[in-house]
Amino acid sequence: MSAVQGWVDTFRAEAQRLPGAKLPWLAGARARAIERFAALGWPTNKLEKWRHTSLALLAQQEFAVPPVDRVDLAAGALAQLRQGAEAGHWLVFIDGQFAPGLSDIGTLPAGACVDSLAGALAQRPERLEAVYGDAEEGESPAALNLALAGDGAYIELARGVAIEAPIHLVFVGGVSKGTQLVRNFIVADDGAQVTVVEHYIGRDDATSFTNTVTRVRAGRDARVTHLKLQQESAQAFHLAALDAVQARGAYFASHSLAFGARLARNDISSRLEGEGGEALLNGLYHVDGKRHVDHYTRLDHNSPRCTSRELYRGILDGTGRGVFTGRIYVAPGAVKTDAEQRSDSLLLSAGAESDARPELEIYNDDVKCAHGSTVGQIDETGLFYLRSRGLDEQHARNLLVYAFAAEVLARIGERSLRSSAAAAIRARIPGGQLLEALA
Amino acid sequence: MLKIKDLHVSVEGRKILDGLDLEVPSGEVHAIMGPNGSGKSTLAQVLAGREGFEVSGAVEWDGVDLLSLPAEERARRGLFLAFQYPVEIPGVSNAYFLRSAVNAVRRYRGEKELDAMDFLKRVKAEMQTVGMSEEFLYRSVNEGFSGGEKKRNEVLQMALLEPKLAILDETDSGLDIDALRIVADGVNRLRSPERSMIVITHYQRLLDYIVPDRVHVLSRGRIVRSGDRELALELEKRGYGWLEEERRKEPRGVGQR
Repeated sequence: MSAVQGWVDTFRAEAQRLPGAKLPWLAGARARAIERFAALGWPTNKLEKWRHTSLALLAQQEFAVPPVDRVDLAAGALAQLRQGAEAGHWLVFIDGQFAPGLSDIGTLPAGACVDSLAGALAQRPERLEAVYGDAEEGESPAALNLALAGDGAYIELARGVAIEAPIHLVFVGGVSKGTQLVRNFIVADDGAQVTVVEHYIGRDDATSFTNTVTRVRAGRDARVTHLKLQQESAQAFHLAALDAVQARGAYFASHSLAFGARLARNDISSRLEGEGGEALLNGLYHVDGKRHVDHYTRLDHNSPRCTSRELYRGILDGTGRGVFTGRIYVAPGAVKTDAEQRSDSLLLSAGAESDARPELEIYNDDVKCAHGSTVGQIDETGLFYLRSRGLDEQHARNLLVYAFAAEVLARIGERSLRSSAAAAIRARIPGGQLLEALA
Repeated sequence: MLKIKDLHVSVEGRKILDGLDLEVPSGEVHAIMGPNGSGKSTLAQVLAGREGFEVSGAVEWDGVDLLSLPAEERARRGLFLAFQYPVEIPGVSNAYFLRSAVNAVRRYRGEKELDAMDFLKRVKAEMQTVGMSEEFLYRSVNEGFSGGEKKRNEVLQMALLEPKLAILDETDSGLDIDALRIVADGVNRLRSPERSMIVITHYQRLLDYIVPDRVHVLSRGRIVRSGDRELALELEKRGYGWLEEERRKEPRGVGQR
């Protein structure tokens, strides 16, 4: 049911049963969204934004929307994640549906709301209407998400409220032919602070399909940190969009760690809509075998004196392929913009391929914009240095691969998140277990 | 005992070492001096096992054919190169790096690996003697270290690895006099009848602190003069020019290039 018509049929059958189906604004938006999806179909590389990534392969797959009981799997995965992790707030989703029994939201400060999307649609639909999003936004998979997503997380912080510990959203999918459609919201009012981690966990070689959208609204001087750890199965399809809007002085950080999936596409964007905003788009991906990871990023500097830093690194092995597009738009009035973009790829095999495209569109002269990209192999000088100290060649290589990744991880401020990210990348690189002592 | 016979090295068709002969008996400290581009660093790197050179000739070290061994095995058998430009490895802590190196060597020698506790005790003691604060254990390898800090880190590695043959490649370059003294002290402490050292330097200055048994002058890929300490002092006075001039008069000139 991944042919476009299949999804349209599913929508017809399911729309009435989706959470919030009785809300006219939502029903209308969903209907428009499925129409748009039907009209556009799956993107193929005829589209400029999808030049290096075609979803034709996805269209041939059959997926079901499965209400399968996999509580055990989820519980196991959760236990593993929480091992050694600091206390925090944990929301678990199975096949895209909130699993309250496995979740532990914990104690929240006054003025903070952490709920499932289905719960929030029932409790506070008027809050959602303002942020839910429109059928016209994003790429066609985002339209499909709007049409069919019925659950996800809803996080809202009133003015000045800070949640200290990270909020973990754990998405357990990965049963073969399974689908999860997830829509998350992070709404931080002026001065609020929150860190949200999205974990995507797949299993074995399940050919599953994830379609996820996360919408972030950061009010004046708010601080929102988003970390995504994508560890889906090597056969999974993972399509994701992260859209942020930042008000004056707001700080938004996205750390996208893409280590799994047969095909993963992340559309990540932030709009700097007020003076003095600050955005960090930090990313690390690893591909091997025939896997493919594409990050399409966009920063819109719509206001003066905003700063953005975009730093992506890829480790590419086998015949894997990594794609990075960094689009930076600077509006005519956005003077004193300070934007920096880097993309560095480390090729571990002759068959791997890396494509990096900076796209800068600048409409005033009073800006500082820098971009650079490199594609390289293991540094021979570093390799010799390590070997000259007695480390065997393979250990030395693995260490240098890890070191390449570690620079991205170093930008993750929270220690516990940094170490779980480090463990995740060590699990991917050959001989990574030997590097345990690095932690 | 290190015996180098008729060593030729070129890189991408360019000749760098051109029939070099050298013997360093156990327990001796030999200095190799020479102008820029004479092949000093290449000699150090070839001995330590860097790949990418075309090498011919013979290097025998304690009865083994050194050139047949990969770099890591040379290190494990007790060869150590203090790099002229120590490499920065962001993301890998110095502590992890040092412990991996020490344990790689210990494993090879059939000794028990040091656990984290034993290692820390050992490394902290050595750090004190080279004047490094503990903070350097937890920083990434050489990242953001000053020139002097990098060189101290090299001497620290040398002390930890207890090599039989240490090659110091311009360990004095970029050091002020205080740092030079600390590094030289570290080296002198390691002098022993079982340990040979090759000290490569451009300037005589270092040899005021590390007094060599022999001094060799390398010019255009060959040793053109050997002598005792006095040779270094003479070079300081007269520069390298006079030796080059003498070499030009030799029958086996290097005019081939």
